[in-house]
Amino acid sequence: MNQEVSLAEAAENPEVTPGENLLEIDDLRTHFFSKAGVVRAVDGVSYAVRSGETLGVVGESGCGKSVTALSILRLVANPPGRIVGGAIRLEGANLLDLSESEMETIRGNEISMIFQEPMTSLNPLMTVGRQISEAIALHQRLGPREAMEKAIEMLRRVSIPEPQRRAHAYPHQLSGGMRQRVMIAMALSCNPKVLIADEPTTALDVTIQAQILELMRELQEDFGTAIMLITHDMGVVAENADRVVVMYAGRKVEEASAKTLFENPGHPYTRGLLGSIPKLDVAARIDTHRHRLNEIKGIVPSLSHLPAGCTFAPRCEFATEACRTAYPPLIEHRPGHTIACWHADRLLAEAS
Amino acid sequence: MSASPEAAANGSNGVAPPLVEVRGLKKHFPIVKGLFGRTVGTVYAVDGVSFHIDPGETLGLVGESGCGKSTAGRTLLKLLEPTGGRILLNGKDITGHDAEQMLPYRRRMQMIYQDPYASLNPRMSAGEIVGEPLIIHRIAAGDERRDRVAALFERVGLRPEHMASYPHEFSGGQRQRIGIARALALSPELVVGDEPVSALDVSIQAQIINLLMDLQDELKLSYLFVAHDLAVVEHLSHRVAVMYLGRIVELTDKTSLFEMPLHPYSEALLAAVPIPKASARSRKRVILKGDVPSPINPPSGCHFHTRCLYAMARCRQEVPELREVVPGHFASCHLHDGGVKFPLGELVA
Repeated sequence: MNQEVSLAEAAENPEVTPGENLLEIDDLRTHFFSKAGVVRAVDGVSYAVRSGETLGVVGESGCGKSVTALSILRLVANPPGRIVGGAIRLEGANLLDLSESEMETIRGNEISMIFQEPMTSLNPLMTVGRQISEAIALHQRLGPREAMEKAIEMLRRVSIPEPQRRAHAYPHQLSGGMRQRVMIAMALSCNPKVLIADEPTTALDVTIQAQILELMRELQEDFGTAIMLITHDMGVVAENADRVVVMYAGRKVEEASAKTLFENPGHPYTRGLLGSIPKLDVAARIDTHRHRLNEIKGIVPSLSHLPAGCTFAPRCEFATEACRTAYPPLIEHRPGHTIACWHADRLLAEAS
Repeated sequence: MSASPEAAANGSNGVAPPLVEVRGLKKHFPIVKGLFGRTVGTVYAVDGVSFHIDPGETLGLVGESGCGKSTAGRTLLKLLEPTGGRILLNGKDITGHDAEQMLPYRRRMQMIYQDPYASLNPRMSAGEIVGEPLIIHRIAAGDERRDRVAALFERVGLRPEHMASYPHEFSGGQRQRIGIARALALSPELVVGDEPVSALDVSIQAQIINLLMDLQDELKLSYLFVAHDLAVVEHLSHRVAVMYLGRIVELTDKTSLFEMPLHPYSEALLAAVPIPKASARSRKRVILKGDVPSPINPPSGCHFHTRCLYAMARCRQEVPELREVVPGHFASCHLHDGGVKFPLGELVA
């Protein structure tokens, strides 16, 4: 624990060497308390976002990837949700120790977030220019005119044509892709250290998705922002992430560099996911009637009634008695490649 | 040479007739405003689309939101009245048929919907949902109906014990299986799937894709598979039609589409699909500028000219016809007027 480093000290030394842990999530537990029982949405998750990198966080619905992101910004609705354990450290300072007003200086300023559906996160009654300039005025203590100028500059940075004019548009007057650009402009307007992007392109068409992802890559180079890219789309991860965390049923099951993860996945769930997606180049050349996708049997377990042992065991083709008895520890099998599976050694050896 | 692009596109030179065929299909929606329902504009959702589907074949219909692919699927089934063009089932024109005349044809053409949460009646048990078509078409009653429904449940991978359960008791993947069982109840020849796997998680998506392919093999079904995910479409389909703003811009077998896209939009669409491989990051590609224009006032000439990297002056005025550029490979692009151009980029390089 690094709690002696206060937030003020961290702010005085904003220079972080590339590759250093900027945001650390340490044994985070976020549970939801319902009449039907405790839902362990995030159950002991640890990972770090390093400066200047893009960390991909992948998994299917209900794996806890979005709840982790909301926990970082302390945006989990309480009740029913509550962070019941762990720490979230931004440059060493634990965000869970901050007061709500201190947290407000973090959100949007140090850590920003963009969501899947920009329409639900933009105010429909306010022009986009005013929404962005409000955030700038609040966090950077600028006057309304200067803030608006900066907002227009940000709209230009995210390649919105005619930014002067578009600043006066309301969200409904913009297309889905333009709205997501506005969200990105707003998120980056205060030059945050970390940008959390939760399924930022899932609601967009594929040609627009390509535009938005390219924009995010360009802006990352210009601003040096660390990006946490949450997505269900393995293709988006492969093309954008430096490192990848794979989540299943509220836990991290694998972490590796993107190259390693796609070339030599270690966890049976990761392997299953990769096998179950049709790949364009393969799909185009195979005989339509002879090629079955490698499906993962069964469904994701209920987070309030998790099976004993490894939560993936009921769906896993490699599961043995050991898997059904105890949850496997996360072990670093190779440098930077962590896997929670009793059979990881064997699976890695077989693959290589 | 063939007389019309439709006839050529359907390649029906005296061989086995296609199961279903549409010629110049149009579906326009009037935009009405005010108290007296004044028509103030028109949405050209489907604007002259021609294709055919052979028995046992899957035709993929791919494109981005608003391109008219779902409307094309629905109009083909006459769930929407076509504005123009013809629909032929086994060579018989059903375009003008009213609801009553359609009844015997409905059994042969069924639909699977995208959202397994919205497309099942929450007040009916799963067994009632799957058995309902058998009642409407007076096919089976009593124990016979029960047995048939149970067999359908098993066929799509559901347990017959769950016939009495209600939709909310099932997961998304299981609900999609119920929707598939309902579509199969009448032993159709054609099934139109409107984004049937896009609401599902990837591990479940693979289960449903495999099921659809098994069912096709077993029951010799024809599919019109409407989807935005090009990788899924390529995996399931034999041939693929690419739509842009109400028109088919390219139509060919799936391998040719991938290896030799002849329309600039198909080329860009292929380039935009993220590939889940370690090598994907260094991929060089074309990124389209701008948004899809509105189908209310589509651009003149070739609808794609506003975003096209290779647009020429004539593209703004002349609508390119869907022509057979290479045998079996149709594209609507002026680039190929003087003979096939591939790769397309040669022109601007």
